[in-house]
Amino acid sequence: MLAKLYDWIDERLDITPMWRDLADHEVPEHVNPAYHFSAFVYCFGGLTFFTIVIQILSGMFLVMYYVPDIDRAWDSVFYLQNKVAYGQIVRGMHHWGASVTIVMVFLHTLRVFFTGAYKKPRELNWIVGVLLFFVILGLGFTGYLLPWDMKALFATKVGLQIAASVPFIGGWIQTLLQGSDVVGAQTLARFFAIHVFFLPAVLLGLLAAHFIMIRRQGISGPL
Amino acid sequence: MHRGKGMKFVGDSRVPKNSGFVPPKDYSEYPGKTEAFLPNFLLKEWMVGAVFLVGFLVLTMAEPSPLEAEADPTKSGYIPLPDWYFLFLYQLLKYPYAAGHYKVIGAIIIPGLALVGLLLAPWLDRGPERRPLKRPVATGLMLLAIVSVFYLTWESTVSHDWKQAAEQGKIVKKVSIDKNSKGYKIYSSQSCVNCHGQNLEGQVGPSFIGKNIPASLVEQVAVKGIPPKMPANAFKGSKKDLKTLAEFIAKSSKK
Ligand code: HEC
Ligand code: HEM
Repeated sequence: MLAKLYDWIDERLDITPMWRDLADHEVPEHVNPAYHFSAFVYCFGGLTFFTIVIQILSGMFLVMYYVPDIDRAWDSVFYLQNKVAYGQIVRGMHHWGASVTIVMVFLHTLRVFFTGAYKKPRELNWIVGVLLFFVILGLGFTGYLLPWDMKALFATKVGLQIAASVPFIGGWIQTLLQGSDVVGAQTLARFFAIHVFFLPAVLLGLLAAHFIMIRRQGISGPL
Repeated sequence: MHRGKGMKFVGDSRVPKNSGFVPPKDYSEYPGKTEAFLPNFLLKEWMVGAVFLVGFLVLTMAEPSPLEAEADPTKSGYIPLPDWYFLFLYQLLKYPYAAGHYKVIGAIIIPGLALVGLLLAPWLDRGPERRPLKRPVATGLMLLAIVSVFYLTWESTVSHDWKQAAEQGKIVKKVSIDKNSKGYKIYSSQSCVNCHGQNLEGQVGPSFIGKNIPASLVEQVAVKGIPPKMPANAFKGSKKDLKTLAEFIAKSSKK
């Protein structure tokens, strides 16, 4: 039955090559922790992806309650955290998930670095990886402001001052992110847009490039 | 290559008809114990993932995510602190050779060099060797970077005043205070209001709300102060007014 359905779709869309790339490919022995326990380091990339899925899903639920407005942002977070059933879990998943994501990307980067997997022919994927790292840090920075509590406001002020100290274009970057003379309503609106639309779009594009390249090249061989 | 010539397609699509299925290589043709991703490997991965997810959910329930009081730009005494993964940068900017005039060094040059170095790693380290021990420069530099980041992060947590940080961010209950009462009028005409806030919520000095402060203590502190932070003789006026003020604060502090 399933095979028939598969054939029906395959005849029309020729999905076998896609299916092979997605699911029907080999896992070499040297990256499989079932055979060599130390190969768990090869799981960090997949775990990073898992935590990113958690971030995206929990983020979608957060937006159901969150209001990106300086009058109500904090109240909406407080309400979600303390009044909504399971709100603490939703917010907790996104909050702690952010930290777990950072830890996992860090470990994944170290694994790739120390196994020399960035060398020819994987240079381009390494560059995409570094960009991914920075997108994730950017998500962390913009997300920190959104609850609009004391630590959010004052940490963002410092962060924007650092951005302003970039030679030549610093002032321009600051205006672009801050939106007005002070960290206020405009800043919150911009950080919200960057955090939920701009950066995730870039993230998904880079992730697609990352995975397509991995499938093309396969995982690097044993050391 | 067909390049489309003489090919038959499914309808008017670009999917070739009868392109012939090329069966994937049998996994036994791969060296070692290679196994199929689906379902063999993925099932195991999912089991590990499920355990991870349960642990993670327990964490979110056991440890509520922190939320400080609503942002108030007027509280300029607040000591800022970024999320933990930016602490190393924050700490770097505290050192004299990376701050003030030299801020560009700490904020741009050092992180910039690290970023460019990371981006160009494949071209800086071009040898064919992949084992870490066989490329000591690359390995050494990365270890140095890791140690510096850990050290800076640790330093920033040691030098941070966590007690004040907890106090300054506390969510203070909003209570309604009778601003037309005689006590409040005295309070707001005295210096107290500047340090203890329009709503007794605290500014430079602590909040009174929920502290349950006895009137006698207020009377005493208003005159003698609490050296060094709370000045002596903060109250200027008659004994009677002081008594009204003390009773007002004592009453409000019970809320
Ligand atoms: C210059 C700022 C300043 C002014 C003005 C000031 N205070 Fe204070 N006050 C403080 C600080 C700071 C503390 C905390 C001192 C400490 O704990 O070391 C404090 C502490 C107190 C306390 C003790 C609170 C507690 O939790 O035990 C009382 C009561 C008090 N102030 C009353 C007053 C009254 C009444 C006035 C006006 C007559 C006043 N203060 C004016 C800064 C100020
Ligand atoms: C956004 C987060 C990222 C995700 C979800 C991700 C995911 C993955 C996955 C699933 C793999 C397969 C191998 C493995 O799991 O170890 C992989 C490989 C790779 N990643 Fe990432 N990655 C991310 C970020 C990065 C970063 C920050 C870098 C480097 C700066 C990087 C560089 C690479 C390279 C070069 C490979 C190929 C390694 C090899 O063939 O041995 N990735 N990535």
